[in-house]
Amino acid sequence: MIKKPQMNALGKTLLLFWNSSIGKKLVVAITGLMLVGFLLGHMTGNLLIFQGREDLNDYAEFLHHMLHGWGIWIARLGILGAFFLHIVATVSLVQQNRASRDSRYACDTTVQAPVSSRIMIWTGLTVIAFVVFHIFHFTVRLDPDLAAMKDPGNPERHDVYGMVIAGFQNPLVVIFYILAISFLCSHLSHGIGSIFQTLGLRTEKTRVAIRNLSVAISVLLWVGFLSIPILVVTGGLKDKTDSASHSSERPGPSALAEN
Amino acid sequence: MNLTLKVWRQSGPNATGRIETYEAKEIPSEASFLEMLDIVNTGIIKEGGDPIHFDHDCREGICGSCSLAINGVPHSKESGITTCQVHMRKFREGETIWIEPFRARAFPVIKDLMVDRSAFDRIIAAGGYIDVRTGSAPEANSIPIGKEDADEAFDAATCIGCGACVAACKNASAMLFVGAKAAHLNILPQGHPEKDKRVLALVRQMDAEGFGNCTNHYECEAVCPKEISADVISKLNRDYAAAIVREAVAE
Ligand code: HEM
Ligand code: FES
Repeated sequence: MIKKPQMNALGKTLLLFWNSSIGKKLVVAITGLMLVGFLLGHMTGNLLIFQGREDLNDYAEFLHHMLHGWGIWIARLGILGAFFLHIVATVSLVQQNRASRDSRYACDTTVQAPVSSRIMIWTGLTVIAFVVFHIFHFTVRLDPDLAAMKDPGNPERHDVYGMVIAGFQNPLVVIFYILAISFLCSHLSHGIGSIFQTLGLRTEKTRVAIRNLSVAISVLLWVGFLSIPILVVTGGLKDKTDSASHSSERPGPSALAEN
Repeated sequence: MNLTLKVWRQSGPNATGRIETYEAKEIPSEASFLEMLDIVNTGIIKEGGDPIHFDHDCREGICGSCSLAINGVPHSKESGITTCQVHMRKFREGETIWIEPFRARAFPVIKDLMVDRSAFDRIIAAGGYIDVRTGSAPEANSIPIGKEDADEAFDAATCIGCGACVAACKNASAMLFVGAKAAHLNILPQGHPEKDKRVLALVRQMDAEGFGNCTNHYECEAVCPKEISADVISKLNRDYAAAIVREAVAE
């Protein structure tokens, strides 16, 4: 008896919140923050490739087995949910914004807004195209050659290390990755600073630090993500068989993870 | 000075407007921008034409009546001043100047360069005030206010409601105006008790008027004649988030 009206009140508040300009922006900021968190984690994990085949493949195996295999699906659902909400909210905001400014200046001038802030919807939409490609490339593995790769040191498991190196042999693929990640980092050079403003954390004292942080994280992600395809395609990072034999000498953590 | 003007002419709210070209001849460089328009209008009237309509009142940067996007920038590219404070010496001899009305769906054109900014009045009526008992004025020092609070509230209170923030925003958002009004009243002890109610009412009226959403471009603070900082928008976002949570809990 008591619960029902409370539920309705909550539903009403959520609707009011979603339909308000600031409410929707808060959704964009919080989902954006979650996605940035994911990117930082993903990049750190990727960098294990420089430690060699065993470390990267151990990490991949850990991701697939954490919480008895549920972990990765919980993470995937969380990221997908945030991604979906972010897109729905931003597309709706962009539509409202275009309607609010229904006439343009014949002499259209921008005083200080950087280009990255004015192309958010376009850099965002490129990210969708990239995410679809990337998932088919390395998660679903449409290419049967990539899907069939096995860790030479542990043929039971997939060879993520070998797959990444084989996957980045094609310069066209690498160029696409460079373009897409560059757009993503442009998105974030404005987006990360925006999170603070939208959540109401930006003040006169923190203004400069926030802008610098925004640029620093974007550059870090750009270098972290793109170092791998660029080094692979230029031959700086090769699939060395000695690292494979090296890994078979040490059963260590991979054997433990297998159990 | 001799100048070429590209002016937006629109005979009424529903008429289609267009840019028309005028030659502004022999304008003294010490004339203000609005005086330059007065001179051009005198010429138009002498020739039997319809003078260019524009808003103005105090002509000293305090009332917020004057508007105009000059070369695409509300109140011109000079920072910290209103259109009525712009002087012709800031322009080059022979320059072409584009003069357009403030553009936003929530600010419909009345005629030529005059726009209807009454949406701002309705936002103020919704929440831009403090409820007080009527009677004689209270003793000025009966409520002490800290220096920092007084300064912050005063910075926000310098808003003259001209609407340049909306006109400069790529989304025609009124967040700088609403943020300034909310900050001005919320920071003061007199305004504090009604903080949540005020913020929710202001933002809901702002949305209902059809202003856009803030995308943190900060074009507004760049053109604000009173140089109000977009920090007031950050504060508005924070106050709104807190108010909506408290509203949900209270229900
Ligand atoms: C990994 C993917 C993504 C990340 C990490 C990300 C991150 C962010 C962040 C942090 C913001 C700033 C939030 C704020 O304004 O407070 C933002 C804004 C925005 N995002 Fe994304 N985003 C991603 C994908 C996308 C996609 C796929 C779209 C496509 C629709 C998109 C469109 C936008 C737009 C239009 C804005 C500006 C919204 C506004 O300021 O009103 N983003 N994003
Ligand atoms: S006419 Fe009063 S501020 Fe410009």
